[in-house]
Amino acid sequence: MARMTMIKAINSALDVLMEKDETVCSFGEDAGYFGGVFGCTEGLQEKYGLNRVFDAPINESAIIAMAIGMASNGLRPVAEIQFADYIFPGFDQIISELSRIRYRTAGAFTMPVTIRTPCGGGIYGGQTHSMSPEAFFTHIPGIRVVMPSNPHDAKGMLIASVECDDPVIFFEPKRLYNGPFDGDPHKPALAWSSHEKGEVPKGHYTVDINKAEIVRGGSELTILAYGTMVHVAKESARLAGVDAEVIDLRTLIPYDMQTIAKSVNKTGRCVVLHEAPRTSGFGAELIAQIQEDCFYALEAPIIRVTGWDTPYPHAHEWAYFPGQERVMRAIKQVLEN
Amino acid sequence: MTQQKNGNKTGFFVPEPPARPGERPDFSNIDCSAPGAVPMPAIDCAAQKTHEFAGGLIRVLDDKGHADGPWDPALNMDELVEMLRLMGLTRAYDERMFKLQRQGKMSFYMKSLGEEAVAVAAAKALDDEDMVFPSYRQQGILFARGRDMVDMMCHCISNSRDNLKGRQLPVHYTWKEGSFFSISGNLCTQFPQAVGWAMASAAKGESAIAASWIGDGTTAEGDFHSALTLASVYKAPVILNVVNNQWAISSFAGIAGGDQASFAARGIGYGLPTLRVDGNDALAVYAATKWAAKRARSGHGATLIETVTYRGESHSTSDDPGKYRPMDEWKSWPLGDPLERLKAHLIGLGAWDKKRHEKMLSEQAETVRLAYKEAESFGTLREGPLSPTASIFDDVYVEQPWHIRRQRQDLGV
Repeated sequence: MARMTMIKAINSALDVLMEKDETVCSFGEDAGYFGGVFGCTEGLQEKYGLNRVFDAPINESAIIAMAIGMASNGLRPVAEIQFADYIFPGFDQIISELSRIRYRTAGAFTMPVTIRTPCGGGIYGGQTHSMSPEAFFTHIPGIRVVMPSNPHDAKGMLIASVECDDPVIFFEPKRLYNGPFDGDPHKPALAWSSHEKGEVPKGHYTVDINKAEIVRGGSELTILAYGTMVHVAKESARLAGVDAEVIDLRTLIPYDMQTIAKSVNKTGRCVVLHEAPRTSGFGAELIAQIQEDCFYALEAPIIRVTGWDTPYPHAHEWAYFPGQERVMRAIKQVLEN
Repeated sequence: MTQQKNGNKTGFFVPEPPARPGERPDFSNIDCSAPGAVPMPAIDCAAQKTHEFAGGLIRVLDDKGHADGPWDPALNMDELVEMLRLMGLTRAYDERMFKLQRQGKMSFYMKSLGEEAVAVAAAKALDDEDMVFPSYRQQGILFARGRDMVDMMCHCISNSRDNLKGRQLPVHYTWKEGSFFSISGNLCTQFPQAVGWAMASAAKGESAIAASWIGDGTTAEGDFHSALTLASVYKAPVILNVVNNQWAISSFAGIAGGDQASFAARGIGYGLPTLRVDGNDALAVYAATKWAAKRARSGHGATLIETVTYRGESHSTSDDPGKYRPMDEWKSWPLGDPLERLKAHLIGLGAWDKKRHEKMLSEQAETVRLAYKEAESFGTLREGPLSPTASIFDDVYVEQPWHIRRQRQDLGV
C-alpha cells in the first residue's frame, strides 16, 4: 500500500490493466508521449510502446469513433477526452453509436470502451475547463456513468470500468487530482498523503461500479453526493454539527438505489448535492426516484444544492461553486422543515 | 515521413516528431523556397490552379531582409514601421503578461511569441470593418486595430473593468466594436462560424469579409471540414487561415496529418484556392491576405491560407514544453524571428537603425508597464474588486427567468 494522488492512482490502474491484458490500449490528445495534460498517462508509452499508448488528433468524434472501431475488433480501448467540456464534438458517436451497439446488434457486438475525462471546477478554468456534464450521459440508455471521489476508488473503479463489457464514461473531478477539497478555497491545499483514501493498494483490485459507499454514518439526514461534493458534504456536516449520513454515489448509472432508499427511509430527510447546474441535473432524477420509493418515510421536502443555471464563471467561480455555506444552509432547512 | 522509434513491427504507425528533448532540432522537413519563387496567380483563378502554392512557400523577405518577387506588397516606410511597432508592442505585452501570471496576477496566459506577424500583418491587410474570428494566439490583431491596452489587461486580470465581467479565461477576448468575435476555448468552432458571418455579409450585399484563424492541430476537428465545405459551396467571402506553428500543446503537426501533406493542400480537395505562406515574413503574410481579401471582395469566394511559423513559447502558462520538444528548438527554426526579419528589412532600406529599435523596445516596455499600473487600479482577480457578484446571473437569457432570479436571491446578491 502506498499513498498517492488521484493522478498516480489512475496511472497505476492503467498500468495494471495494460500489464494484465494486451488488448487494453490508451489514447487521447497529448496523452501519448507527454502523458496527458494532467499526467495521468505519464510513462505508459515508454513502457508499453506506441502501439498501445499514443497521441490522437484533436478530434473528439474521431477519438470515440476510433475506440468503437477498435472495440469491435477485439481491443479494450481507454480513450481520454482532455476536458469534459471538449466531449461534445464526440457526442454523436457516444449517443447514437457507442451506447446502442450492443442493443442494435442484439449482442453480436459489444463495446468495452472506457472514456476518461476530467470534469468540474475549482481551478479557475473558466467556462471551457470547468463543466460537469454528467447528466447528459445519464439520460442515454446503454452507457454507464461513474465518478470517483478519491484515489483508492479511482484506481479500483477504473479497473472495473475497463474490465466491464459495457461502455463507461469515467469522470475524473480534476479539483481532486492532487488532494481532497472540502469546499473552502481559502484553506491551504490538502494532499492525498494525509487522507486515508489516498491509500492505494498495489496491483489489481476493483471497486464495484454498482455500489455506493456510505462515507459517514448518521441518523438525522442523508446527504447524497459524488465527486468533489463528497468532501464538501462531509465537512459541511461536521461544521453544522449534525448527525448526517453522507453517501458517495460513485456510480450514477446504474445508481445504487438500494443504499439510497435504505438511508432515506431511516433518516426521513435528504439533501442532494452536485456541482453541475441545477435544472435537469442528476439531482432531479435522484429526487424523483426517492419520492417514489421513500415517500411515506419523508419528513421534509428534499433540497438540492447545485451549481447555478449559468455557464461556469471564471472570476466568480467561488460564488458559483456550491460550497460549505450553502450546504449548511440546506442542512439546516431540511432539519427545520 | 518520420521514422518510428520504438521498433514497432506490427504495421500500426504512429508518427513521431523529428526531435525530442535532448536531441538536436531537425527542421530538414521545412522546405524554404527562395523569395520570388512562387508566382502570384490571377485573382479569379480556379482552385485546381493553386496546386503549386499548396506545396510551395510564399516569401518576400530573404534571410538578410531583402524584399523580392511578385508578392512584395510595396508598402511605404510609414506602413512598414507601423507594422514593426505593432509586432514589438504585441511581444512586449505578452512578455509582461506572462511574467505577471507567474506572479499570480492572473489565472492563465498565452503568448504569441514568434507568431506576431501572422496576426499583425493579416490585420493590416484587412479593412477594420472585416470581421475576425481568431483563435487564442492572435492578440496582435487587437493591437493592429487599436484596442486599448488597459482594456485588454483589465480583461486578463478579470477586474471590475473587464468588458467580459470576469466570465472568460484570460486572453479569450471579445471586442465587438473592433469587429473581433468572442474567442472560444473549444477548438475550431469559430471556423465555420466565420463562413456564416461572411455568407450573411454577402446576402446583405455588403463588402465586409470575414477571416478566421485556427492552429495546425485544430485542422483535425470535424468543424474544419464543415468550414471548408460551407466556404466552397457558397463561395463565401472569407479567409480561412491555418497557423501551422508546428505544435499543438505536446502534439507535433504530424499528429494532425501534417507529415503526409501540407495543411494548405487540404483546401484544393474542397475546391478552395490555397496559399502557403512564410508566417514569419510579415510582408508575405500581408500580401497573401491582401490577395485573398481582394478575391473575396470581388465575388470569387474563399481562400485557405497556411501560415508556416513556430510557437516560440509554451502552449500556455499551464504547459511545460521542455518535456516534449528540444528546449532550443525555436533557435534553429529556419524561418527566423518575424520581428528581427522586418527590422533587418527596414534597416536595409535605411529607414531604421539599431538605436531606434532599442529605443522603440524600451518605450514599449514602459508603455506596457504603465498600462498595467492603470489596469491594476481597477482591481485584480486575487484582490478584487471584480464585477458585481450578481452579474454572474446576467446575460444567460435576454431577461432573468424566475428560476435564475430565485437562484440569485438564494445566493443573497
